[in-house]
Amino acid sequence: MESQNNSLNFSRRNFLKTSVLAGGGMLIGFNLLNACKPNVVPPVDISKLNFNDFNAFIKISEEGYVTIFSPNPEIGQGVKTSMPMIIAEELDVAWDKVNVAQGALDTKNYQRQVAGGSQSIRFGWDALRQTGATAKQMLVNAAAAKWGVAASTCTVSEGIITNSNGDTLGYGDVVKEAAALEVPENVKLKESKDYKIIGQDIKNVDIDKIRTGKPLFGLDYKSEGMVYASVLRPPAFGKKLVSFDDSKARAVNGVIDVIRFGDKIKLLDGKIGFTRVTDKIAVIGNSTWAAMKGKKALLAEWADEAKLESTEDHDKELFKILDGNKFDTRREDGNITKAFAQADKVIEKTYESPFLPHNCMEPMNFYANVTAEKIHLVGPVQTPAWLSSLVSGMFERKPEEVHVEMTRMGGGFGRRLYSDFALEAAEISDAAKKPVKVVFSREDDMAAGTYRPAIKYRIKASLKDGKITGYHLKEAAINSNMYGLIPNFFPAGCIPNYKVSTGNYQSKMTTGAWRAPYTNFLAFAEQSFFSELAEELGKDHPTLLLELLQNVKGTTDENIQYSGERMENTIKLALEKSNWGKVPEGTYQGFAAYYSHNTHVAEVADIEMKDGMPVVKNVTVAVDCGIVVNPLGAKNQVEGGVLDGIGHAMYGDFNFKDGAPQAVNFDKYRLIRMQETPQVNTYFVENDLSPTGLGEPGLPPAGGAVANAIKVATGKRLLKQPFINQLDASKSKILG
Amino acid sequence: MPDYTLKINGKTTTVTAEADTPLLWVLRDELDMVGTKFGCGIAQCGACTVHLDNIAVRSCSLPISTISGESITTIEGLSENGTHPVQEAWKEIDVPQCGYCQAGQMMTASAFLKENPNPTKEEIREAMHGNICRCASYNRIEKAVEVAAKNS
Repeated sequence: MESQNNSLNFSRRNFLKTSVLAGGGMLIGFNLLNACKPNVVPPVDISKLNFNDFNAFIKISEEGYVTIFSPNPEIGQGVKTSMPMIIAEELDVAWDKVNVAQGALDTKNYQRQVAGGSQSIRFGWDALRQTGATAKQMLVNAAAAKWGVAASTCTVSEGIITNSNGDTLGYGDVVKEAAALEVPENVKLKESKDYKIIGQDIKNVDIDKIRTGKPLFGLDYKSEGMVYASVLRPPAFGKKLVSFDDSKARAVNGVIDVIRFGDKIKLLDGKIGFTRVTDKIAVIGNSTWAAMKGKKALLAEWADEAKLESTEDHDKELFKILDGNKFDTRREDGNITKAFAQADKVIEKTYESPFLPHNCMEPMNFYANVTAEKIHLVGPVQTPAWLSSLVSGMFERKPEEVHVEMTRMGGGFGRRLYSDFALEAAEISDAAKKPVKVVFSREDDMAAGTYRPAIKYRIKASLKDGKITGYHLKEAAINSNMYGLIPNFFPAGCIPNYKVSTGNYQSKMTTGAWRAPYTNFLAFAEQSFFSELAEELGKDHPTLLLELLQNVKGTTDENIQYSGERMENTIKLALEKSNWGKVPEGTYQGFAAYYSHNTHVAEVADIEMKDGMPVVKNVTVAVDCGIVVNPLGAKNQVEGGVLDGIGHAMYGDFNFKDGAPQAVNFDKYRLIRMQETPQVNTYFVENDLSPTGLGEPGLPPAGGAVANAIKVATGKRLLKQPFINQLDASKSKILG
Repeated sequence: MPDYTLKINGKTTTVTAEADTPLLWVLRDELDMVGTKFGCGIAQCGACTVHLDNIAVRSCSLPISTISGESITTIEGLSENGTHPVQEAWKEIDVPQCGYCQAGQMMTASAFLKENPNPTKEEIREAMHGNICRCASYNRIEKAVEVAAKNS
């Protein structure tokens, strides 16, 4: 991704295009990535995702109806509502006159879209506003020309243009003329005090379809003649297919064919580390059930092709890294060796996390129809452009022959950044010469994951004269290490001698991004450690953070990602709203603050103890995400992120034995459920700064806040996730 | 394959299916009623919840051959045009994030409220405990059930 000093400036001429619609009306489109070339690489390394650009369109009909095509994939993060809100605000139309549609992927007019890294709103903010404002100005110019008055004498409110004589024209009355006008330069954007839509509680644009069960998701998609495929993959990482007997599978009523496949996907070997490039067997049926039943009836023989890894092996390898000296230095300030040598006291702790599956509620699935004319792909994917380029590579077909449509997604969380399921669908469709829907069972979904890799952190700090003088964070991770921005998060810039070192172990397990990559566990480790340092220094945890944050204010270090001022305000808001330190007896509070995905968050967890086990009752969250585009949707994201964070910290337990996951469905794998959920109360820091994303930032601090509260309640420091295993084992101690 | 006569959302339909086919897949694949969702296939997540004579059941684990004349209600038939108090409450509270599990959540909630029209908070939390939401929209689900109870 090209870097540029000023963050989000662009020339409109490069990105705005208008055209007259065949049936009358006007279409205005913009190219978002050409429009804004940010100097910051987002947390999910989307530069590797091989996408070109992503567009959005406004369509205004002669009747004055406005359709806004939402540019980005909707995975539950709410951008299908909030991105069009930003356009509608500057276009100056009433929200109830706006129809929102998912931007279909028309490879000619419409390029690519990505959901990842909580970046849609942050990247889109300027371009979406400019698009709305430019369209509005063109409509005003057209009306002014019709009246023979200066455009500057006209005003607009909710799609009605008024001149100084009091004459009015609706957008629909002038849209034909407007579409033929030159795209104006230097349009004026609204001041935030004049916003009528941004800042309002706007309901999910798909709410009526969701609550009445209309087809929306990938699994709901069907086409004429479509068949279903269930895929048998190797039962363990490190095993490969030797032979199989499909006679029983073929005898299942409704099974059409059984196909061994994998050769086409093998052409992508080396480009797709997220999936196992190996032979698999597809059972094709005329219903999902027939295909699934047929798969169960397959008899396959497998052989070991590599060492079969178990969780104990991973633990051993990661500790070997932590105890060794093979690290990459990711940031280094001052001299930590000296700081540790001169310390009054050195504290060191090691924090451990397991692999985690994504468990989107909609299991992975995709539709493919590979024909001589074109390749048609439909389904839930966060990176349709990447998918398109992979598939065109697989079949050596021109990119314009590959047409990808995205559906609403039943969750993403990073799993749908990787399109293994769609590649399978394409290869099976090609082999079967039929339109095919590949459907993962839950077991398939959990056993063929792109897991959050197991990671261990060892953090060491030196204390001298009541101050933290040195801080060394070591990461031992599986397959890949923290992305480049993280070493510049807190406490970089707050502690004079500071170092981040990373090392990794290359495993056969397929791993990838998982909601708030790395920070989903690092935040717990770091904020547990700071809670411990605060205790050591005889200070309150947030007080210690507020003191440290003074050191980063006014920093000239451009690599520092977070703001001392904004984090300070966020922490103070959380303390005020949570009645920090003033709770009744029997309630124990824990604190954590974390910056990620350009958003500052502070959380306070209130817990009570019941039968020796912690019960999280309330979580108070303060968030600085700049302007809150849609408070109703924003709070939903924060509430979900916090509960998801607590759930995985508390229960997420995913182990391998001889290369095979030990839990593959919800009978053995525990996700947080209703009775385990606290009430989440969300408060936003009020300011006029450009908005940032919320799909991820609420999650990272949650586990730490809960762990720190458990320490207060029980005296026990939790160093390993999931908490539940340690709590059960130490129940007697806690009851003490 | 045998024929089965089903009473779904007030209409009688005949389908041809293997005896062990779960109601979920009959609804989705044979009858094009895709509002009922597949989540786990082992009755653990609740995404596939429908009503069988007003009782919430997991359609993913209900073989078609075991249904004998009971009335089946799916999300598509919970009301005309989404006007059931539970559906209205889901909109008022703006519950969904990704939205995938919500049909199952609403079907569990509506069956529960029929049994217990004036539930306590604890009863609501217990009744909804069987339905998983990975987006963790649980706070809003809880609130929407309260609102639906009030407006029923």
